[in-house]
Amino acid sequence: MSILSLKTVSKSFGSLKVTDDVSFEVPEGQALGIIGPNGAGKSTLFNLITGNLTADAGTIRFQDQDVTRVPAMQRCFAGVGRSFQIPQPFDHLTVFENLLVAASHGRALDEHEVEADCARILEQTELLPVANKPAGGLSLLQRKRLEMARALATDPKLLLLDEIAGGLTDAECVALIDTIRSVHARGVTIIWIEHVLHALTSVVERLLVLDFGKIIGIGDPEDIMSRPEVKEIYLGIEV
Amino acid sequence: MSDISTTPRYVVTTHTTASRIAATGAVILFLVLVMVPFFAGRGLIQDLFFILTMLVLAQFWNLLAGYGGLVSIGQQAFVGMGAYAMFGGVILAGMDPIPAILLGGVAAFLVAIPTAFFAFRLQGPYFAIGTWVIAEVMRLIMAQVKALGGGTGTSLPRSATREMWATEWIAGMLDVRNSAARDILTYWLALLLAAATIAGIYWLLRSKRGLALSAVRDNPEAAKSVGVDAGRMKWLVFLTSAFGTGLAGALIYVQKARISPDAAFSVTDWTAYVLFIVIIGGIGTIEGPIIGVIIFFLLQALLADYGTWYLFTLGIIGIVVMLFAPRGVWGLISDKTGIQLFPVRRRLSGGTLGEE
Ligand SMILES: Nc1ncnc2c1ncn2[C@@H]1O[C@H](COP(=O)(O)OP(=O)(O)O)[C@@H](O)[C@H]1O
Ligand SMILES: [Mg+2]
Repeated sequence: MSILSLKTVSKSFGSLKVTDDVSFEVPEGQALGIIGPNGAGKSTLFNLITGNLTADAGTIRFQDQDVTRVPAMQRCFAGVGRSFQIPQPFDHLTVFENLLVAASHGRALDEHEVEADCARILEQTELLPVANKPAGGLSLLQRKRLEMARALATDPKLLLLDEIAGGLTDAECVALIDTIRSVHARGVTIIWIEHVLHALTSVVERLLVLDFGKIIGIGDPEDIMSRPEVKEIYLGIEV
Repeated sequence: MSDISTTPRYVVTTHTTASRIAATGAVILFLVLVMVPFFAGRGLIQDLFFILTMLVLAQFWNLLAGYGGLVSIGQQAFVGMGAYAMFGGVILAGMDPIPAILLGGVAAFLVAIPTAFFAFRLQGPYFAIGTWVIAEVMRLIMAQVKALGGGTGTSLPRSATREMWATEWIAGMLDVRNSAARDILTYWLALLLAAATIAGIYWLLRSKRGLALSAVRDNPEAAKSVGVDAGRMKWLVFLTSAFGTGLAGALIYVQKARISPDAAFSVTDWTAYVLFIVIIGGIGTIEGPIIGVIIFFLLQALLADYGTWYLFTLGIIGIVVMLFAPRGVWGLISDKTGIQLFPVRRRLSGGTLGEE
């Protein structure tokens, strides 16, 4: 059964069609990778799935509910968690409080019921040493970790990750892959936009290629990457 | 990582040593203030009444603007509606003025609902001006209500103030005249309202709604994505602050015993001064309005004889503080000393972080 399905979804900014008649489904528990050149519309696609933007046309279903016009907050309650490509921390809250607000509101629980879990997520994402620091003072790497940690705090069924591996050292990348794998192993469905292909392909079971807002291929990663039209686009993109 | 069974539990703390001392100090201060009428004269009681009621207005404006990001310059709408509802309860329905204060809070709350529907459609400066316009409209409407004195206003009936709840008992206990007993009663109510306001706002900030307020202020888009109901927070803050402001307005006018639309809906008295207090003291903190109201009172005592120069000086001081100490006097103090009397930070310790 698919947890997410998009049917002929489109979105334009002015005359620029950024999402062009996109349809695909994601089976529950799958890890799907999304690749494509800068400006292809990958982040916009996430914003449509999370409700930060509303589609102009088409239908988005999450767990058999039509969520096309449902606000972002309600999609979070339903189980959609996300990271932002450009980190959006709550600057004046500490790292721990960033997770607390996400966990307590996203899961509609009391703070004391989620404290331990937030601490565990901080451990897992290696943010424990900066737990009590205001998020506004974090380095870029820590901000990216916080994006994922805060998304995990809402206990998502579907986790959307937008370019979180860029600029990591090899060791950091391995740690990140470990974390994502362990989240995936718990049965969480993952969609991951990433330019760091080796990291992406070591986790995902399926790959989607986006170019000029259109899907130009979706399927087995190895098969997709060997297609000439994908190769052409991707020549020189891998970091 | 480490074995779960040997890892100490994580602990979340909010209190600090300073806040424990402050809490004890606050209780002592409250008790001392309760006792003031037993040894102080009427002048001091009236001064304290003024300070406490301005403090309540400042705390609620701070909740609205400092925590909720809703910079209103129309709080006089709720002072005025609260005061007029209290007058209406007394004059038209024959209520005792003291329970009629509650009516003031309820009335302010009720008019805040359509006000919010309108004002929430406006952003930034338009929101500010919108709230002011609404307050002006309410002033004009109340000036048409002949039963409550129309444009020139009216006074509470002598019988109502004379037989007001508990005044006779206070007059007997403290051996004072009826009018002094009324001042003492309203002073005690102001003290109660100020204490409840501070305790209530502190409680709100320490609840998960307090975290949500910060999150929405920092990043509304991300806040929605983690399940924070930004719209509901706005309503909560706006209605709470209208209710509290209405109670304060009604209480102020029980003490004044005379009302007119121009005075009850005065933008200078109920919003400009309140803004000054919060900005001078430090916006977005509970400590700020407390310090601010004391500074404001001292300045007023110092400069009251200078008429327009007084307002001019307040304006200059306000602008200088905004430019050079945007977080107010309390901001300077807490930056220097690190002290927070009403801490809201959730500190994580224990576990693999170790004890702190
Ligand atoms: N809010 C917006 N308003 C106008 N144009 C936008 C907006 N968001 C994205 N775009 C444009 O849409 C295109 C796709 O952007 P995006 O989805 O961020 O691409 P990607 O994530 O694949 O790099 C870009 O040309 C970008 O400039
Ligand atoms: Mg992008």
